Parts: sequence; C-alpha cells; structure tokens
Amino acid sequence: MTRNERPLTILQLYPRDMNIYGDWGNVLSLSRRARRHGYAPRLVDYNPGDAFPEEVDILVGGGGQDSGQSVIQEDLHAIAPRLRRLAEDGAPMLVICGLYQLFGHDFTTVDGEVLRGIGIFDAHTVGGRERLIGNIVTESEEFGRIVGYENHSGLTTLGPDVQRLGTVVKGEGNNLEDDHEGARHRNVIGSYLHGSLLPKNPRISDFLVEAAARRRYGDFAPAEIDDSLAERAREVAAGRPR
Amino acid sequence: MPTPRFLSPVMRPVTRLIGQGIRYASARRGGGSAFPGLVMEKIDPGFVARQLATLPRGVVVVSGTNGKTTTTKMTVQLLESQGLRVFTNRTGSNFVRGVAAALLERLDLFGRLNADIAVLELDEAHAVHFVKLFPPRYALLLNVMRDQLDRFGEIDTTRKMLARVAAATTGTVVLNREDPRIRRLAEDVRPGTDIAYYGLSEPLRERFPSDDEMRDKRPAAQAEGLPAAGVVLQSFEGTDTVLRVGGRELRTDIHLYGIYNIFNAAGALALTLEVMGDQAREEVLLEELSRVTPAFGRGESVRLGDRTLQLLLVKNPAGFRLSLASATGADYATMIAINDEYADGRDVSWLWDVDFGTLAPGGVDVVSGTRAYDMALRLEHDDVPVGAVEPELRTALRRFAEGSGDKPMRVFCTYTSMLALRRELATMTEVEEI
Repeated sequence: MTRNERPLTILQLYPRDMNIYGDWGNVLSLSRRARRHGYAPRLVDYNPGDAFPEEVDILVGGGGQDSGQSVIQEDLHAIAPRLRRLAEDGAPMLVICGLYQLFGHDFTTVDGEVLRGIGIFDAHTVGGRERLIGNIVTESEEFGRIVGYENHSGLTTLGPDVQRLGTVVKGEGNNLEDDHEGARHRNVIGSYLHGSLLPKNPRISDFLVEAAARRRYGDFAPAEIDDSLAERAREVAAGRPR
Repeated sequence: MPTPRFLSPVMRPVTRLIGQGIRYASARRGGGSAFPGLVMEKIDPGFVARQLATLPRGVVVVSGTNGKTTTTKMTVQLLESQGLRVFTNRTGSNFVRGVAAALLERLDLFGRLNADIAVLELDEAHAVHFVKLFPPRYALLLNVMRDQLDRFGEIDTTRKMLARVAAATTGTVVLNREDPRIRRLAEDVRPGTDIAYYGLSEPLRERFPSDDEMRDKRPAAQAEGLPAAGVVLQSFEGTDTVLRVGGRELRTDIHLYGIYNIFNAAGALALTLEVMGDQAREEVLLEELSRVTPAFGRGESVRLGDRTLQLLLVKNPAGFRLSLASATGADYATMIAINDEYADGRDVSWLWDVDFGTLAPGGVDVVSGTRAYDMALRLEHDDVPVGAVEPELRTALRRFAEGSGDKPMRVFCTYTSMLALRRELATMTEVEEI
C-alpha cells in the first residue's frame, strides 16, 4: 500500500527536561494513531542544543519541574521564531502543562520572577500558592468530552486572541476564576491535562494527525479504529473522585 | 472540649495509660493502627519527643520514595543482630501519630521504652514534621522518585522535604550517591554532622535506570565526581551478592526480589556500620543479611495449591520498571491490579512512563482494580495481549488463580489493591498476619 510510505514526523520537544506525568503516553498514542490511519510515523527527540529538524509535522511538548523550565528557557527562545512560523503555517502541536505555560506570553513565579514565553498563545500565567490537583472533565465543541488529570500551581488567563480548549465541567482548569481549560490557536493545543491526555482522548489524536496529513499531503482519509478500551477508561476516569 | 496544650508531669503517666488503654481497646475491635496515637497527640503533644529522648543511641529516620519498608525492616534486623534493642514503627503507620501508636504498644506498664535505638520509617512529608518534633541522630535517605506527585506536587518539592530531614540530623546522614537529588543533600547537612554514602559498582549502575530518563539513555550517574562510598553493591547473580565494604569484597546471600531491594540492603548495611562504628561485627551482619525476607507485599510469596503467588507492590514508574526487569515475563502468569484510591495516588499518568514491552511474549492474564481499563489501554499501546479485564479485585484474583495454567503467579499491585488482595488470599490460603 503506497499510503504506508507517507511519513509523518512527530517531534517531541525537550523529552529530557520536560517530561513528567506520562508525557511519553501522548507521543506513543499519537504515533500509533498515525500508523492506524495509514501513515509512517517518525519520532524525533529534540533536546536543548540539538539541530532543529527541517520537516516537522506534529510537535508534542510536555510538563516539567520548575527546574526543567529554566533549563530549556534559553533554547526555547532560540527556536521560537521557527515554532511561531510552524504554528502560523498550520502545523499541529500539543503542549501540556509546563510548555503550555511557556507557549503563552509569560509566567510570573510566586517569587515575582518572570519567565518570558514565546507568545504563540495570547495568555499569561502567574504562579499560585496552592496546587490544583485532581481528576478533571471538560467539554469542547470540537472534541466532545475531554478527560484527564490536572496538577499545576500556575494560573493561566487567556487573552482575546486565543480560544479555550474546553469548558470545565469538573475540576479547576486554567485558573480558579473562570471555567476555561487549555488554549487553542490555529492547530496548536495547550492544556493542563495529563493522564496521559491522548490515549483517553483519541479525538484529539485524530485531529492532530488529520491536520498534519492535510498540511503535508493535502488530504486525509480516516481509518475505522476500535476505541472501546479508551471509551471504558474514559467513563471510569470521569466518574472517579477528584 | 478544648485540648490541653501541655500537661503537668504528674498527669503524664495517666495520659499514657489512657493511650495504652485505647490502644488495647482499638486493637480488640480491629481499629486503625494510628488511632491511639492520634489520641496521645491531642492530649499530650510532648509524648513522642519525651519517650524518644530516653534512647541511648538516638533515632534513625529512614525516608525516600521507594523501598522504605523493606529497608527499615533490614536495618532493624541488622541492628538487632548486633545486640541492640530496637524500637520501630513496624505497622506501616509511617507518620508521627503512627510513631506514638507504636510507642504505646512498646512501653511497659511503667512507661519505659526498653530500647537502645529507634528506627523509624517516615514518608517525606511526615519526616519533615517529625524532625521538627525530634531531631534524629541518623538519617538514611534512599531516593527521590516520581511517586504520589499529586500529593507532594513535584519531585523538587520532595527533595526539599528530605533536605530539611538532612539538615535536622545531628550525627550521620547516609546518602545514596547514585541518585543525583539525594547526593546533593550533602549541601544541606549541618556543620559537625557526618556524611556517609552507599553506592553501586560501574556495571550495576547501567542496570539501574534513574527516574529522569526512561526516554534518555544516559546512565543514572556519571562515575566521575561521585563521592567515595563506604558500602558498594559490587555484583549479584540470583541471591549471591558481593558488597564492597571499606575496600574489601564481602559475599552474602540476599533473598530479595530485584536489584533495588538488594541495593537498599547496601544502604541498611551502611547505616548499621555508622551506628555500630568499631563495635560492628561484620560476619554476623553478613549472616543476618542472608536471613532478610521481603516486607509484606514487597515480593512476598504465598502458596496457592501447588503454585506460588508473589505480590509485587508497584507505586511509581521506576519501581515498576525495576520489578519488570527482575524476571522474564514468559516464566510467569501475570496479573496487574491498579487502584487509584488516595493511598495509591489518584493520578495514574505514571503508568505511561513504564515500558511494558517485556510482558508482550507471555501476555497479562488478568487486569484489575479501579483503573483496570486505564491499565488495559496502557498494555494495548505496548501490544501486550490481555486475557481479561475485571475491575473487581476478588473476582479477578480467583479468575487469575483458576484460569492461568500452572506457571508461578505474580501480581503487580498498587498499595490498596495489595491490601485487598491479601485479605482475599487469606481466605484461600495462609497469609502472614500484618
């Protein structure tokens, strides 16, 4: 089958320093999903100082310790122009937690230190005193119900030039004030949800694969995939105590 | 009723007897092990510190993410082999009120502790609380891994908790030099307190993945720049273990499951050598090490008909990876039970940081627990065949025992699922009382 020869390059951003709470699950799930839809996924790790690959179809980035965030800070700004170009060009990306925050304008820590972000999302984050922790369920028009687990102290507020990813049904989401969770700009998705996010939310995986395929090859024909295990896992997770 | 803040010395024996009475009463009705301690904490907050101050050799705190229970058990055995009377919080109530409860159990009617030294297992958050109450003479700090991050926040936070324990210790802090976060605790130790290290040999270091790098193939620690270790786990084949102590190679048999437990034995030995100093009797220590058995749920075996069933507690990615690496999947019938109750940690994301590929050849017979479907989904992602998904633990266990052929059985289980499985096993065969 010729479609099998169509590669899609999945770039994992900073797996060494920004990888916590099962971020690997997103990359694994996404690459399996791409294969099921008939593409040949190619996984590339990008760590600080590496050469940024010429062709990137999907970019996935994860959470991290505060220490991880400062380690990658300088490198992130070095590659920021490329990331912004990719985002404006419609490349799909998924950034969770720590990188979600740094994809906004800035992150002001509890001590008043300001970590500059790369401004793909019109969003500001400030460090909070308490951690928002627990099972979370949100609703999105595009992706339906999204289930996951949040664990963050940063409080993110979205500006007018960015959409929310979902509306919180159970849990806290971006902050303690509004009911927004995550962010969406073009095909870039940011979220506080791990758990991991993609295995239990295959519609988001499908969206990322489809956006990548259309951008690279101009078309996309989805395969039928049996998601019954994911369905059961979603139901259970949504019903568990916070 | 307002809680009295302090009590006159005349009243103390009375409150202690009240505590001992409650302990007796609650043990009779099968109550929680920490309840009497809670009562003591309320009516006599100075009780724990006052009792521990009577110990001639002070207090040892054992903390870290993985292996506390087995390491504490080993340390107690090693110190007892040297003739010391050891007080410990064996029941697994590893927080201050659990210590109070254990003290009540140990005191005689005259309120005497009758021990030379205490060895206390404390989880990181409770250890911080404890050292404020009573500065330990020794601390044995094992590792900082991703565990229960939903409770403590982040690994760096956990490290800071252990830093407070290291800073409060007055005699010697024993550190695992292979864990970079633990090694760095040397900076937090107060002037005048000694530091001792235990470690791995170069070839073993490669077999011991650290937490930071499931996706990063750099070895856990670089040899250069590592401090010298008093006790080094040199090699092991099966149970045959070689330890390098002060430049000499010593041989013993250690009957524990997996490299991480055997490595913790090196930590327990290092600590014991610090406590005993010149009085240490080495050959007795080596003999005692060969008598160490796993703590409950940490690789203990029960007989079920003519097969064995082994319970393996898993609670974080590094521990699960090490457990998987310790045996070939195809030699066992396998069950995995994942609960997400508070004591397990509500977050199951960590399952995605474990590579289950080694289970693919033999498959997994039964997946169970509140998060059985999350686990099944995880296994599907690594192409591991799953026989059955049965969230209800008792049904799952019986199904596993009856329908998994004649291979020895092993069950990887989270904390509360292990407790439930043990209860069920007790109705099927003989299980040690805990």
